[in-house]
Formats: sequence, C-alpha cells, structure tokens
Amino acid sequence: MTLESIILYGFAGLSLVLSLYIALTRNVLYAAIALIGAFLGVAGIFMMLGASFVAISQVLVYVGGILILIVFGIMLTNRLRGQKVLSTVYNKFWVLMIAAGLFIIFVKGIFQANFSSLSWIKEAKPALPAPLEKFGMRLMTDYVVGFELIGILLLLALIGAVKMAAKSGKEERDAH
Amino acid sequence: MPIEHLLILGAALFCMGLLVVLSRKNAIAVLIGIELMLNASNINLVAFSHFDPDLLQGQVFALFVVTVAAAEAAVGLAIVVRVYQYFRTADLDQLNQLNG
Repeated sequence: MTLESIILYGFAGLSLVLSLYIALTRNVLYAAIALIGAFLGVAGIFMMLGASFVAISQVLVYVGGILILIVFGIMLTNRLRGQKVLSTVYNKFWVLMIAAGLFIIFVKGIFQANFSSLSWIKEAKPALPAPLEKFGMRLMTDYVVGFELIGILLLLALIGAVKMAAKSGKEERDAH
Repeated sequence: MPIEHLLILGAALFCMGLLVVLSRKNAIAVLIGIELMLNASNINLVAFSHFDPDLLQGQVFALFVVTVAAAEAAVGLAIVVRVYQYFRTADLDQLNQLNG
C-alpha cells in the first residue's frame, strides 16, 4: 500500500464517518459543522484524484459559502435561547429500509458492471495531477457555452434569492 | 484505489443524504441532506474523470454541479427564511396552509 492510497482512504474514511454522524445526530447545528468536515474530506479525495481545480472550488464554494449560508439560516429560523436546535426524526424504520435497500442495489450494480475491466479504464494512464492548463483550455473552448450558461444561472439565482429574502416595501410600511 | 471503492463511497454518501432528506422535519436539515447528495454525485464524476485525463469531461461537469448546488442553497435558504417569517416555524410538517 503506497502512501498516496493511505491518504486517499483516510480522506474517504473522514467523509464517511462525518456523513454517518450527520445521519445520526438530531442537532441541526452539529450536522452543519460535521458537513464542513465531510466536504473537506471530499475535497481531499478530489485533490488526490488529480482534480485540483474542482477541489479548490469545492473548498471555496461549499466550505466558504454554502456552510456560512446554512449556519445563518439556522440562526434566522430559530428563536431559541440556551436551547439546542433539534430536528424531529420520523419514519425511522422505513427511511432506514429505503436508504439501506438503495445502497445494496448500488453496490450490487457497481460490482456487476465491473468497471475495472472496461478497456478505457484499464488502458488509461492517470496523470497526477491532471494539468490545470488543459482543464482551463477545455473549459474555455469545448464547454464554453455551458460555462457561460452556468454563470447566468448563478447570477439569476443570487439576484432572485436576495429579492425573495428581502422585505418588500408593503411589509416594511406595515411593520411601522 | 480501485474505482469500485470510490463509487461505493459515493453511493454511501448519497444514501446517507437520502436518509437525512427523508427523515428530518427541520427544513435546514433537509437542505443539508440535499447538499450531501449533490456532493456524492461529484465523487463519481471525478472518479471516472481520473481515468480520462485527456478530455476531463467529468471534472468540467463536477464544476457545473458545484455551481448549481450553490445556486440551489441560496434560493432554498431564502425560501426557508421567508417561510419562517410568515409561519413562525421551519418545521415542514406545520406548513399545511396553501392560502397566503
């Protein structure tokens, strides 16, 4: 076992343990904090697989952006003082059955498909790290339409979110 | 690390996210589960892209998924904050009134 694969399994174990904790805990704030660790583990996996740009944007967007938003959301939607933010859990048995059944189907499918014996995976020579220059060229040539569209989508979504969360003029007058 | 292990990790994270989405009543906890599911799909994309260092389609698509997840989180949390201002609760079972 090489050092690289030990680090990779370490990151995989980190994100697996923390997502298991998210699935078990009832405290929403603890789940949000554990989500930071799980995302950092996934970012480490991306880095070890040579996807350095995706790993960095994962840290920037998820850990720096979405998690802050979620923690703000928890603070804005709970009027609790000195109390824990607990979420009720219901349908425990059936949900566990659905999730475990889906996982078993996935694992069976993965082993049945036998991806390691596909010719393009067997003959591939993974370059570590995949050159960033090539990624940028691909993004700006072959996939430039999708790249621009995703920019427009993000702009529209953020403007819409600000408009939706802000109080409208009528409510502002009613409050006074 | 063989590709199967990465795919199983992705499947496990996805199922854990599904469990959180289906079993929690708090709207923010449901959003946390959705983020976990989106991230699990990214693991699969990057794992296959690892064996395709020439085209890098998986990495490009993973970047798109990250962006859509950011947009979804922003809009979702704005909706949750609005719902809280109106109903004074973020508990999904108590939002049973259609009339605004």
